[in-house]
Amino acid sequence: MAAVSALLETKALCKHFGGLTAVHDVNLSVAPGEIRALIGPNGAGKTTLVGMICGRLAPSSGRIVYGGEDITATPPWKRLKRGIVYTFQVTSIFKGLSCYENVALPAQRKLMRGFAARIALSESAVATRVQAALESVGLADEAKKQADQLAYGHQRLLELAMALAAEPQLLILDEPTQGLAEAEIAQLCALVRTIAQRATVLLIEHNMDVVLSLASRVTVMDAGVIIGEGTPSEIARDPVVQKAYLGR
Amino acid sequence: MNDRALSRVVGLHLAVIAVLFVAQFVLPPYDHTNVARIMVLAVYALGYNVLLGYTGLMSLGHAMFFAAGMYGAGLPVYYFGFGAPAALATGILCGIAVAAVFGLMALRTSGVSFLIVSLMFAQAFYLASLYFNEITLGDQGLILSGKLAPLDFGGAQVGFHEPVLKYNGALLLFAVSLLGTLALRLSPIGRVLIAIRENEERTRLLGYDSFRYKLLSLVVSGALASAAGAGYALLFSYVGSTFASILFSIYPLLWSLLGGIGTILGPLVGTAFMFYLVDVASGLTSAYLLVVGVALVVLVLWFPRGLLGTVRAKWLPWLP
Repeated sequence: MAAVSALLETKALCKHFGGLTAVHDVNLSVAPGEIRALIGPNGAGKTTLVGMICGRLAPSSGRIVYGGEDITATPPWKRLKRGIVYTFQVTSIFKGLSCYENVALPAQRKLMRGFAARIALSESAVATRVQAALESVGLADEAKKQADQLAYGHQRLLELAMALAAEPQLLILDEPTQGLAEAEIAQLCALVRTIAQRATVLLIEHNMDVVLSLASRVTVMDAGVIIGEGTPSEIARDPVVQKAYLGR
Repeated sequence: MNDRALSRVVGLHLAVIAVLFVAQFVLPPYDHTNVARIMVLAVYALGYNVLLGYTGLMSLGHAMFFAAGMYGAGLPVYYFGFGAPAALATGILCGIAVAAVFGLMALRTSGVSFLIVSLMFAQAFYLASLYFNEITLGDQGLILSGKLAPLDFGGAQVGFHEPVLKYNGALLLFAVSLLGTLALRLSPIGRVLIAIRENEERTRLLGYDSFRYKLLSLVVSGALASAAGAGYALLFSYVGSTFASILFSIYPLLWSLLGGIGTILGPLVGTAFMFYLVDVASGLTSAYLLVVGVALVVLVLWFPRGLLGTVRAKWLPWLP
């Protein structure tokens, strides 16, 4: 694949926490429109890597290029404006606020252009976006409920609705199926496929069934470096990957 | 919020203002002055609540903004013969300037560090107001009576010693501040501020530069506090260092906590409650601060959300 066509590229990206190297010299290239799975054992550096991509963590060295522009020093709120949206591994919602308010915050972001729109915004325009986002994850009836009153699986879905309301171009999902029941996982997979029609998805996932069914390509990390990359079936056969990750 | 809910909220706040307007015709003279004072101090608490209740930043330095407004309005009146409207404007501008400069430095910290930094800045401001006592007369203060030109209402001259001007001046200041705070709360900015209070990192990752919003909140808070300070100087004709002391940083915190932080009307309720608690207790005993202390402990134990916070949790979930 030609490097110029990549939506996201990391170039020799490194992150050290004190003496610990969490991510070492990672060159990742994600093409527009694909669902890329990022797999690897715990502590492989997956969350650290996407944390640098979304701007939550500053890289120790290396560069991040998005849509052809260097965004290494771009603060996280500007990356969201460019379309990079991240959902947390540990559910991070506004627990004290209603589901509606949770989703309204990202939903109003793109409407807040210019001074006047910051002072007063058509709440119906926000409401339409909120409703659409909540409907697509199946939470439309829970809009008025306080977020911490939702079941855990539904909180994960609410987090996804928040991401959708931000209109992602690159959606980063950090272990979205963690703690979900089988039926909920199937529902989530269907949803991710729908999202992938409009956006590029970078998916950290431990559930291999989900990875094999969703991903167009898979990148495998271990101990902070990329140890393999290919289609799901190639990865499932790769002996290095099997040794490090699948333990077979 | 749909239109019906919005009109209910706006209606409630307009009704509170209307009640305060009518009250001046029925209140006995003693309470007439008290309520005027409460309204000015409630503006102070309103400003404090924007920062604590709606943004989640606790300050122990708000006396600095109150006093900036007070000196910013009082000194030009005393030395340069400014009229009341111009003095109010200079007072608020001073408050905004102090809040902006303070914010640019102090908002690098958060939580307890922010609390301590705000306290230290305010102490420096207080000591400065004593140090320059050739101008400020320190804690002896300046009396503005006789210095301030009466206001002209279509030919009728109304002096600042007149209760009618004190009351309605205070009411106007309060009404504008209350409705302004409500508008901020209901605006898209209000939604971002509350999100910062709940989870700042998440808010940043949802596309908002939290520092700018916190700075905005601090400047609005400082502007309201200084408007209260300026209003107090003009309506009650006194400017003194006491108002820059730590005690005056603690008051708005207590008033907000009592009334219910994160409610628009809480600061008014809390200020009025505390004012009359001190008033009644000091009529009964010289140990009135003990009575006040016990009352505060009771409130914190059984109404940790404050009076209106409890009302909202139990009966009126729509209260902003």
